[in-house]
Amino acid sequence: MSLEKAITVEINGVARELSAPANETLLDCLRRHGQFEVKSGCEKGDCGACAVQIDGEAVDSCLTLAWMVEGKKVTTLEGLNDADSPHPLIAAFLEHGAVQCGYCTPGIMIAAEAMLRDIPDPTDDDIALALSGNLCRCTGYTKIFTAIKQAAEVLRAGGGDD
Amino acid sequence: MLREFELDMPGNLQETLARLPGGTLLAGGTNLLVDLRARREDAERLIWLGNIDGFRDIKIEDGRVIIGGGTTIGDLLRNPAMAEAAPSLVAAARVFGGQMVRNQATVAGNVCSGSPAADTVPPLLSLDAEVHLTCSTGSRTVPLNDFYTGFKTNQRKHDELVTGLSWAAPGPHTANLFYKLARRKGDAITVVGVAVTVTRDGDRCTEARIALGAVGPTVFRAKDAEAMLTGEPLADDLIDSAARKAMEESSPIDDLRASADYRRHCIHVLTRRLLKQAWEDAA
Repeated sequence: MSLEKAITVEINGVARELSAPANETLLDCLRRHGQFEVKSGCEKGDCGACAVQIDGEAVDSCLTLAWMVEGKKVTTLEGLNDADSPHPLIAAFLEHGAVQCGYCTPGIMIAAEAMLRDIPDPTDDDIALALSGNLCRCTGYTKIFTAIKQAAEVLRAGGGDD
Repeated sequence: MLREFELDMPGNLQETLARLPGGTLLAGGTNLLVDLRARREDAERLIWLGNIDGFRDIKIEDGRVIIGGGTTIGDLLRNPAMAEAAPSLVAAARVFGGQMVRNQATVAGNVCSGSPAADTVPPLLSLDAEVHLTCSTGSRTVPLNDFYTGFKTNQRKHDELVTGLSWAAPGPHTANLFYKLARRKGDAITVVGVAVTVTRDGDRCTEARIALGAVGPTVFRAKDAEAMLTGEPLADDLIDSAARKAMEESSPIDDLRASADYRRHCIHVLTRRLLKQAWEDAA
């Protein structure tokens, strides 16, 4: 049996202590500790359903071991939102119906939010590059692109809390 | 659940070097963790490289670019100096995996995994990059052109760590291009990859490098094709002959992504196209 150890990590702004064996992925660990917005898809870095941000960088949690986030800040979809006002990305996805089955949505928002911090006014090419690791098998990318552009506009105008 | 292993997390370079023998290096993990899950890899002890101070740094000193052993593909894209310091490598980074993979996968890991389809290798060969290796008793530098010894094998010894890669930033009148042929722009494995560097002095080509990916057991330089171009004006017919020579130097296989014949044809077409573009850009 692999050695278990307790890792201290900040998840969505809350300091947590998670116990995990060496061979547990961050994906499995987060879900085991109740973060069900982090989805398990291909488990090999193709689909992006499990995307989270570590210290602001989007990564696949299926290709990250839980022990690697010791002392770091992990942000999931839940961390983008706040109870009173939805994040502009979430509001725009709702408004444009940019969600079909919804399974890819948490990962897409994590990837899009990371891009918007680097590129506040993205072109279609910028969005395609940022989402090249997120598969939507309902194939509804048109509305996703529209929603991301609208969220970008709202964020540029100072909307949202981030 | 992944198969069980020991996870060593040394806090600095010295500790890492001390623990190297017998361990399997874990950098971005975008290959290794997938292979562990698929039971293609049976490493007993992993050594994580994520705690080495400054391991992701990118420096440009006296026209020489030096990237750390932990530099990720995403780091290349976020560094504004790289567009000029390594145009072909940035082009490869833009079509490498997806955003999340780019943020984890390291350039050194891509080089060391040694797949003939590794997207950073044709650009690095076209830039004549060097690999910097360190063990607990010293350091050495190996030209990337001599690094591979066969399919997925290379000169790194088990007690050595790739601490970085370096190359001379392209000077004036030098063009450095890369093209990846794949089913999609992102998140796809390369069918054929071609990188070229052309340096031009007036109407002569003073130096040409052509690196080919996914058409042999390793990525390699098409040296006979390069030799045809050196010292010559690159007229269309000479470019076409050199591209044909590059095709003859390749030894692709049939696999699920493409036939060997298709790959050979694409080497001819893409090498010709890139050389022509580079010759014009270098003017």
